[in-house]
Amino acid sequence: MLAEKYQAAMLSVALTHVRSTAVAEEVVQDAWVGVLRGIDRFERRSTFRTWLFRIVTNRAVSAASRERRSVPVDDIQPAVDRSHFDLAGNWTVPPQPWADQVEDRLVAAKMADRVLAALGDLPPQQRQVVTLRDVQGLSSEEVCAALAISQANQRVLLHRGRSKLRGVIESEFGGTR
Amino acid sequence: MIRLTIRRSAKLACQQAVELVSDYLEGALPRAQRRRFEAHLRDCPDCPEYVAQLRATIALLASIGPDRLSPLTHNELIGLYRRYRTAG
Repeated sequence: MLAEKYQAAMLSVALTHVRSTAVAEEVVQDAWVGVLRGIDRFERRSTFRTWLFRIVTNRAVSAASRERRSVPVDDIQPAVDRSHFDLAGNWTVPPQPWADQVEDRLVAAKMADRVLAALGDLPPQQRQVVTLRDVQGLSSEEVCAALAISQANQRVLLHRGRSKLRGVIESEFGGTR
Repeated sequence: MIRLTIRRSAKLACQQAVELVSDYLEGALPRAQRRRFEAHLRDCPDCPEYVAQLRATIALLASIGPDRLSPLTHNELIGLYRRYRTAG
């Protein structure tokens, strides 16, 4: 059923804007009403999912302003700490190899658990973008529509979030030497 | 605050390259910058491993699956599904 298929993703989208689950649930319900009313106006200029997420986003943004939500301006931190480079920007503490090791199924399962835990510690916007893109598998276009952010902003948040998670895995493997 | 000002002719430093990996994987780098990035990967002994690690991180994220998101989100979704089904 259509509603079931999209319900979880719509909730994720709504929860990126509003804090309360109850409010998010209302937003999704409200969005479905909007979908049913607006289906005649859906012109296939975007995919159905993109259109759907845009409707959820619009409702969620209105709900969030009522909820008096505040999201911190994105932090701008380097992907890798400055102390790992010399003044010319060359590695002084290069990454120790581990990428091959996560091809092992057991290692991958353990690291996936660690990444899942670390995901919750990311700043909200980074967590939202990484979750929707890399875990839920939404396209960048869908994520931008859902979160009402620009492509460039989305990529910055995505890269910050992924970089931090890479750092978490690195420290699991014993960190840099 | 980091700032990536890369002159057209300049070679990339590792510190700049690591900031471009997601843009590279997204296919979002302008052609000239993409070429510089790829040239850097060919020359650098360490940055290919960095790129491989970021790819591995993305693969791990994909392997988690939406069902396991966070205990909180997961419970919220289960609760909502139950209520949704009961109501529906």
